Parts: sequence; C-alpha cells; structure tokens
Amino acid sequence: MSNDVTWLTYFVLSVFVGIEVIAKVSSTLHTPLMSGANAIHGIILLGAILVAGDADGFALVVALVAIVLAAINMVGGFVVTDRMLQMFTRKPAAKRPVEGGGA
Amino acid sequence: MPTWAEVVFLVCAVGFILALKGLSGPRTARTGNLVGAGAAVVACVVPFFYADLDNVALILVAIAVGTVIGAVGAQRVQMTQMPQMVALFNGVGGGAAALVALLELEHFADAAAVGVDVDAAYLVATAFTILVGAVSFSGSVITFAKLQDLMTSRPVVFPGLPFAFGGAFLAGLVVSGVVVDEPVMWAGIVLAVLGLALGVLLVLPVGGADVPIVISLLNAFTGLTVAAGGYVLQNTVLLVAGTLVGASGTFLTLLMARAMGRSVSNILFGALKGGSTLGAGEASDRPVRSAGPDDVAILLGYAEKVIVVPGYGLAVAQAQHTLRELVEVLLARGTEVDYAIHPVAGRMPGHMNVLLAEAQVPYEQLKEMDDINGEFRQTDVVLVVGANDVVNPAARTTPSAPIYGMPILDVDQARQVVFLKRSMRPGFAGIENELLFEPTTTLLFGDAKDTLGKLLAATKAL
Repeated sequence: MSNDVTWLTYFVLSVFVGIEVIAKVSSTLHTPLMSGANAIHGIILLGAILVAGDADGFALVVALVAIVLAAINMVGGFVVTDRMLQMFTRKPAAKRPVEGGGA
Repeated sequence: MPTWAEVVFLVCAVGFILALKGLSGPRTARTGNLVGAGAAVVACVVPFFYADLDNVALILVAIAVGTVIGAVGAQRVQMTQMPQMVALFNGVGGGAAALVALLELEHFADAAAVGVDVDAAYLVATAFTILVGAVSFSGSVITFAKLQDLMTSRPVVFPGLPFAFGGAFLAGLVVSGVVVDEPVMWAGIVLAVLGLALGVLLVLPVGGADVPIVISLLNAFTGLTVAAGGYVLQNTVLLVAGTLVGASGTFLTLLMARAMGRSVSNILFGALKGGSTLGAGEASDRPVRSAGPDDVAILLGYAEKVIVVPGYGLAVAQAQHTLRELVEVLLARGTEVDYAIHPVAGRMPGHMNVLLAEAQVPYEQLKEMDDINGEFRQTDVVLVVGANDVVNPAARTTPSAPIYGMPILDVDQARQVVFLKRSMRPGFAGIENELLFEPTTTLLFGDAKDTLGKLLAATKAL
C-alpha cells in the first residue's frame, strides 16, 4: 500500500467515525457539541509549533502569530464549552429562592 | 518521528473520538470536553520531546499569550454572546491553519527551487488549506460582526454579488492549479487573499436567523483544513482530529438545518436567488391590543395551564431569573406551567437551554417543540417573552417569507397569547408577525426584565 493510500485510509475511516459518534445527539446539545468540536480543531496548534520550531526571520514571526491564534482557538474553545456544560450539571442541593414577602 | 511519539498521538486521536462521543450525551458531555482538552494538551506537548525544535522560548511565549487571550475571553463572555465567541474562536483556528500551510508552501517552494520534485498531492492539500482556512477566517469575522450587531443582521446583497462570488471561486481554482503546478509563494498569498474575499462574499447574503448554521458549516471547514494541514505535515493526530471535526461538523450542520426546516444551499444562496427577500410593504402601525402588567397578571393567575415561550429578547434583558420566579409563583398557585423550547430559540440550537439552566430552571420543565406542540390547543395562556420568529405562523402560511418551512411552536392555537415585547420591531429574521394582530393576542410592551418584575409583583399580590 502506498503512503498516500494509507493517509487516504485514515481520512475515510475518520469521516465515518466522526459521523457515527455524534449521530444520536439531541438538539439540546447542538451548541456545546459544535463548540467542543471547534476546540478540537485548535489542535492545529501542534502544527503551528512544529512549523515554528523550524523557522527563522519573517517566517518565524508568521509561525508565532499562527501559534497565538491556534492557542486562542484551543484554550478558549475548551473553556467556553466547559462553561456552557457547567450550566447543565445539577447542583447538589439546589438552593430554594426566597419565598413570599411581596415586593 | 520516534515510535513512542506516534503511539502517544494515537492515544490522543482516540481521546478526540471519545470527546465527541461524550459531548453528544447530556450526562457525559462535560467529561467528554475535558477528555478532549487533555488529549489536545498532551498532543501539543509531545513535539517538545522529540522534534528538536528551535525557538522554544518564543514558542512558549506565543502559546502563553494565546492561552491567556483565549481563557480570559472565554471566561468573560456573557452566555448570550457565546455564539459569536465560538465563531471567533473558529475563525482564528482557520486563520492559523492557513498560515501554517503558507509556511509549508515556502518550504515546498525552496525545495522546488533546488530541483526537488514535490508530490502534487501535498500541494493540493496545501492550496486547499490556504484557501479554505482563509474562507473560514473572514467568514467567521463577518458572522461575528452580524451577531454582535456591528453590522446589519439582514442579508446583504448587491447586484454583482453572484458574479463576484463565482469569479473569486474560479480564480481560487485557477491559482490553486498554479500552486500545484509549481509551488511559488506569490500564488499562495494570492490564494489567501481570494479566500478572504470568498469568506466575506459567502456570509454577507446570509440572513441573521441562519447565521448559527453558517458558524457550524465554517467550523466543519476549519476541521477539514486542519486535516489537510495534517497530511501536509505528515502528522496523524492532526489529520484524524481535523477529519473528525470536519465530518461531525458537516453532519451537525445538516442536523441543525433540518431542525430549522431549511436546506443548507437555501441558507447560503437563497438571498442571491432573490426568493427570500421580504415583502416590506406591511407597516407596523396596524392596531394591536396592549395591556398593563396587572391585566396580564390576572390572566396568568387564573389560568389552569400556561406555557412560556422564551426567546433571545429574554436573554438580552437578562430576565431569566425574574421569569423563573414568576413561574414559581404560578406553580405555587397550582397553575400548570411549562417552558416550550424551540430548537433554535436564542441564537443557536440549544442556546436557550443553556441560558435557562444558568438561571436554575429545572430541566424537567423545559419541553422540546415536538413534545409540546400538541398541548397548545389545551392551553389557556401562552406567555411569549422576547421571541418572535419561532412563533410566527408565516412559517406555515407564507411561502415568500424567509422562514417559510421552519417548524414553529403552534402558539396561535392557544386560547390567549401574551407577547412581552420591547417594541413592534420585527424579529431577527426581519419579518412581520401576523400573530401580533390576532384578536386573541395581548401585547405587554417594555423591557423584559422590568416588565416581568412588575408582572411578578402583580401576580404575587393576587
């Protein structure tokens, strides 16, 4: 099997896995799921690091900009997703609001 | 690359699969997100141990800068503004992918200059990443501007737009051909500029209500660019993670479009065909019936069954907590109260659930559209707070309306409908709502938080 076909294999299998794992998502979770997937493609940070480690001059500047952008994508994405999902967790003892006492 | 590093990358790729799997179930979602974050961090640490990197100090500083900006931005953003934040994060990711591909193109150009034959498949992937990454970047910036009200949320169309778009698209293909034929830097830069233009032209004609679907689509685009970038860099974890996001993002886009009763091509190109621009003839000075908080309190207080339809206006006014208090008072009076949540209430699918959960509304009181639509007929009063398009019967009755075909909450079947509105301004989709002029409809004007506060006091006093 040639190298390129190996990569094509990875690609095609990943397409199927990507569709299959989220196939049963309820519409309630569409937004957090989109946001979480958004954070995952922040992994381009890894690519930016590899490129920056081998660059100098202007190319290095561009690579560092790419690192900053990718880190914003990755870190911001996971943090904002976590904030969204926190809203869904049930508080251990949901505190009752103050009852009565008309304003 | 040493074997151990490849194995660690494999583990990270599995981590991303588990993350997506976790994120699609309510119980496992938060863990899934943490697993994804862990896998991403591990994958980014690995190259420091095998790749013999130069500029390590500068790289670490750049990572720190990005981390602080991302984390602070994500912490500070209001939950109501979260959709545009996601768009922005997605855009910078696409931009990063395009920059990485441009730098790789430089390597290929250097190699070609000394007579090395560069594999055409690498060049195709490089051109794809530059072009589509740039589309994702500029497209996301425009979606951000639309959602943040920095520009109009209405479709922006000008006469030459289809030709400009088609021309830029063809030019993109031609310049990609140049890059594949011979890797030269100028062609890469032209490609990036064309991508930026295409992104702007793609999103401008999209109407405000459809923007979330476009965010999801651009998210899938960025995923695919990361996958292509992974192939160029011969890095498996990039390829797998990017492809997972590209595939699941495309699928999610289709799911969202289906939830709104729209097709993706209609969303992107509907305004261009001229079909979805609106009949602006109807003026909003037609007579409506309005009432004060006391009247509405009586209506609510003596109803047996009430359904609350919350919309984006509720979130903007930060009135979720007041609404929850009002509902609790009604429940204490023995009234049956439910919240009807349209799939796209708020600005994105599921957005309203997040906002109400933040206000500690019990999850069981939130009913999804399909579950509650049959109940409106037996409902005494529907309280619509800051929603408009999702209850607009034009979606069923007016084929020319831009929201035609979108499933809506059948609020018009209830005995009484009370709209809490700031003004007679039409909703996000920019169309008049006939329901406002029905004899069974009562309007209560004012800021949602203020009005709900008065309503709460009046209901308690009953």
